Amino acid sequence: MTANLTAPVARKPTTNAPSGPRRPPGRARVRAAVHSVLLAGLCLLVLVPFVWMISSSLKHDNQVFTVPTQWIPREFVWSNYADIWTQIPMLAYLRNSAFLAITISFLQVLTGSFAAYGFAKLRFPGRDWLFLAYLATIAVPWQAYMIPQYLIMEKLGLVNTHLSIILLQAFGAFGVFLMRQYYQSIPDELIEAARIDGLSEYRIWWRIMLPLSRPAIASLGLLTFVATWNDYMGPFIYFTSNELWTVQLGLRSFVGQYDAAYAMIMTGSVISVVPVVLVFLLGQRHFIQGIATSGLKG
Amino acid sequence: MTVTPETVSSTAPALRKRRPPEPAAGTRRRSLRPTLTGWSFILPNFLGFALLTLVPMVFGLALSFMEWSPWGDPEWVGFENFERMFRSSTFWIALWNTTYYAAGHIPLTIVVSLGLALLLNRTLSGLGFFRTAFFLPYVTSLVAVAVVWNMLFNPTSGPVNQFLQFVGVTDPPGWTSSTAWAMPAVIVASVWRDMGYYMVLFLAGLQTIPTELYEAARVDGANAWQRFRNITLPGLRPTTFFVLIMCTVASFKVFDLIVVMTDGGPGRATKVLSQLIYEEGIREGRFGLASAISLVLFVLVAGFTVLQFVIQRHREDR
Repeated sequence: MTANLTAPVARKPTTNAPSGPRRPPGRARVRAAVHSVLLAGLCLLVLVPFVWMISSSLKHDNQVFTVPTQWIPREFVWSNYADIWTQIPMLAYLRNSAFLAITISFLQVLTGSFAAYGFAKLRFPGRDWLFLAYLATIAVPWQAYMIPQYLIMEKLGLVNTHLSIILLQAFGAFGVFLMRQYYQSIPDELIEAARIDGLSEYRIWWRIMLPLSRPAIASLGLLTFVATWNDYMGPFIYFTSNELWTVQLGLRSFVGQYDAAYAMIMTGSVISVVPVVLVFLLGQRHFIQGIATSGLKG
Repeated sequence: MTVTPETVSSTAPALRKRRPPEPAAGTRRRSLRPTLTGWSFILPNFLGFALLTLVPMVFGLALSFMEWSPWGDPEWVGFENFERMFRSSTFWIALWNTTYYAAGHIPLTIVVSLGLALLLNRTLSGLGFFRTAFFLPYVTSLVAVAVVWNMLFNPTSGPVNQFLQFVGVTDPPGWTSSTAWAMPAVIVASVWRDMGYYMVLFLAGLQTIPTELYEAARVDGANAWQRFRNITLPGLRPTTFFVLIMCTVASFKVFDLIVVMTDGGPGRATKVLSQLIYEEGIREGRFGLASAISLVLFVLVAGFTVLQFVIQRHREDR
């Protein structure tokens, strides 16, 4: 079953631009214009929820729902952004989320790329069977083994600790799969040359593979960061103490308690989105490249 | 099955052939050393993976045939959990809702994300901006997504219904407060959230299709639809397959968005299997029964995945 579960790997970073030299230039220009307008329209539609979120976060509660909707607040209530920090322990939630997301992404990339080197560039008995086991578990929904996992964690005394979520999410099969996929695109000749030069396998991984796989590391790191930051169910099950809560849990409880404080809830939502969007925008170029051209370096 | 450069285990034989003769050493050491080195690379990840993924999977299977609660010792009860599960109306409703969600979410997400990828797969100004904009929902906090969509779907004064009334719908649906419309509302929000991720995967797939094929087809006079049908779709097959599998798994295990948007309601209108597993297992402490439901979820996903493999293989053989 492994033979065809291929990750989308690009061989060619070129786009299929309609480059018909026989096409009359005027018609092509009209088509390009129509195309851009269509995209811009779709883009606006997709961004509506964000506009709503930001605009509501700058209103008073009773101004959020008006008929017709005010997309630009009549009066900007910036104080929402000052008040939220005293209404809920937002800072503590952000700190918890950041701690978990950074730790888990780091461990995923570290152990994932290490294992991926073993799977991609070393040959030893049992390797392919082991990889098949990894691959098969990607298609198993977490909920199918979440109860026994919980029981194991409880026996280990790790329920209601940050360590539980770190252990649960740091050793994902997907990370190994993604990194291995990338490593396979790095020519074996390079590694052979390094071996002839006397580099140990560990140093090949550290000195050659890691630097070459920067886009793949960015993709895996970002995907893991985003997934951990946005995870609700894991923390929801494992963290009962308020001081362990992540942004998602904190925001959710805020919604439950003050469900009419629309503006404040939107303020909290915007704040919960900002860090992860910042991380994404910073790594965005590497990231899209990492997924989109993970067949080629650079 | 065709073997493409990206296929999972294709470089291995080539690697073995090219490996230079190892320095003289004892026969036993020579055979043991690569194994140890190989395992040493995999071990750090494998320890966590085995203890927290493989073991629970096997343990879960056994658990579904046991009666086990936090207050008593485990006891082997055979198929009792399954009998109880099949008699429960909530189970059947959750099974139906899960299927409903998947049946809406999978095709819609794939069509929308493929459409976006096709629109973006060309050189145009602002490309980076568009890609980022469409990807943004995917990185947005889950709770924020749920809360915003709930507000957009507000029956009386939400923008969605205001728009519907504006275009002449006199009696717009109550969305998350209506048993009939709650699931479609959840599906819309989830497609909005996920489309960017799958769009990037499709974009990557599109870029593996050689441009020359399109040029050749154009010279032969093929129109846009024919080019899409005969070049794009076949060229995208490995990507579509991958996307389909990932999207299927994600759809059947949906939990977060539903819990925050509707909490399974109104009534049981959006209750899904994952939520039932959580409620029975973690909240009520009926570990055996919850594991039995987990097994159903697993069989469902595994069934669909295998079916997709079979269809994929069948297509390639033709």
